[in-house]
Amino acid sequence: MDRVVGLASQRAVVIFSVSSCCMCYAIKTLFGELGCNPAIYELDEDPAGREMELALIRLIGKKKPVPAVFIGGRFVGLTEQVMSHHLGGTLVPLLRDAGALWL
Amino acid sequence: MGSRKGGVGLEDGKKLVAGMPSLIPHSTISNPIDSGKNIDMHSSRTSDFGSLEQQQQSIGFHLENAAILSRNPPVFVQKPSALAAGSSAPLQFGTFNKTVFNSIGGIVSQATQEKGQQQPPNLVSLSSGAVNYENWGESLMADTSPRTDTSTDLDPDDKNQMLEGGHVSNLAASDCSDRSKERAGDQKTLRRLAQNREAARKSRLRKKAYVQQLESSRLKLSQLEQELQRARQQGIFISSSGDQSHSTAGNGALAFDMEYARWVEDQNRQINELRGGVNSHASDNELRIMVESVMAHWDDIFKLKGVAAKTDVFHMLSGMWKTPAERCFLWLGGFRSSELLKLLANQLEPLTEQQLLGICNLQQSSQQAEDALSQGMEALQQSLAETLASGSLGPSSSGSSGNVANYMGQMAMAMGKLGTLENFLRQADNLRQQTLQQMHRILTTRQAARALLAIHDYFSRLRALSSLWLARPRE
Repeated sequence: MDRVVGLASQRAVVIFSVSSCCMCYAIKTLFGELGCNPAIYELDEDPAGREMELALIRLIGKKKPVPAVFIGGRFVGLTEQVMSHHLGGTLVPLLRDAGALWL
Repeated sequence: MGSRKGGVGLEDGKKLVAGMPSLIPHSTISNPIDSGKNIDMHSSRTSDFGSLEQQQQSIGFHLENAAILSRNPPVFVQKPSALAAGSSAPLQFGTFNKTVFNSIGGIVSQATQEKGQQQPPNLVSLSSGAVNYENWGESLMADTSPRTDTSTDLDPDDKNQMLEGGHVSNLAASDCSDRSKERAGDQKTLRRLAQNREAARKSRLRKKAYVQQLESSRLKLSQLEQELQRARQQGIFISSSGDQSHSTAGNGALAFDMEYARWVEDQNRQINELRGGVNSHASDNELRIMVESVMAHWDDIFKLKGVAAKTDVFHMLSGMWKTPAERCFLWLGGFRSSELLKLLANQLEPLTEQQLLGICNLQQSSQQAEDALSQGMEALQQSLAETLASGSLGPSSSGSSGNVANYMGQMAMAMGKLGTLENFLRQADNLRQQTLQQMHRILTTRQAARALLAIHDYFSRLRALSSLWLARPRE
């Protein structure tokens, strides 16, 4: 958990993902479209990946805890929450506040 | 005795004979006379046994109706009320035709009797014509009962009446002994005729039952064919043994189709209420209640789609539950939110600047989200293709245990990837739901009402277009 939190607070936008997961791919694409440059950690390619996965499962409560999006060090959600934020117009302000966007 | 029931004269009878039937008055229909061999015995119908006759006719007609399906197109406009209620139209007409011919004989015989003539030759041909028509009609229906008596059920009864009632005025004069001999012979004949009549009636009942069975089987067959067609379109393998898991998926799809149809009906109703409210300038509170219920109704379908996707994700993605024209615009199992907002932008004026900004942002966000999901789907397809294509394809792909292990591993991976389809569908539906809710939040009650009406009308037009397309005349 410490590792997760530690990594999450290092950058404005942090995404924990699995390289073969297509939904993770979709979220990464979205942030790219928005003009961010998120830090991406592939759990299946990280040596401490399994630990982090378990930590995320405990945090989020889902069997598949990816793509887990942190903005400004705080957990925002998985795909559904991120999409809902975006449609509600609250995602971009969050990014801006965290300094992930310049506009 | 000499009076004639019914207002159809000889000339009309001739018209009927010529094969161009016109409207036949009710009273004439109630007056069939067997024009076969019993002409001399009949007097014209009187009111003495008219009512009994009508009763018998009703019973007789009912049975006839049940048994006879006429192949002839109905030519009569008037339905006689003497025919039993509840029989279907073609049956009535069938009997109608038959009745006409009998009536023709009756009318002509009445006319000739009045005029005191002998039975005219054309009457014989008429009666045989009626006989022939009857037989022809019967043979088409595959009736195997022997028809020794070509008359309706009534005639032996009529004859009974004749003999017992003694209302015979046109019998040739004879002495009493002759008449008693005749009577003995006639009673044998009577018995025989009664037996024949019984047999005929039984065969008609059997035929009725058979035809009904055929009809219901036909209906069932067409229903089964529809189900099969639908299932095939879903790509479900139809095995003759009826695989349980496959049929479960099929059931899920069909169940959703039915629920969706009901949902569309409910929405039509709610939208009409909303339309009434908007047009009658209902108060904001009333409108708000109606708008809320339409929004909740939209939530219902997304819930239903989610449940159905767990059972049969491919059916939901295929959009087979939508009409063809709607399917043309299908995106991940439903409509594109960004397109919907583009459509509404024109319909919603006047908007405040803030509202306009909100709607524009919503449109842009939904577009971006849609693009992200679309790219995710493409990645999924590519990944699936790579998985299935990995290892050796072609001649060397079968055989060794290594290959088999690879194959199984491949399949397992591919199965995992297919499992994410449900997630994509859910995200797409979430997008649609969020778009509607955000739109509701940005707009005023009245604007939201108009927006919901516009959305519904747009989809209605797509559905109507589909119907027109499917019904278009083809070369």
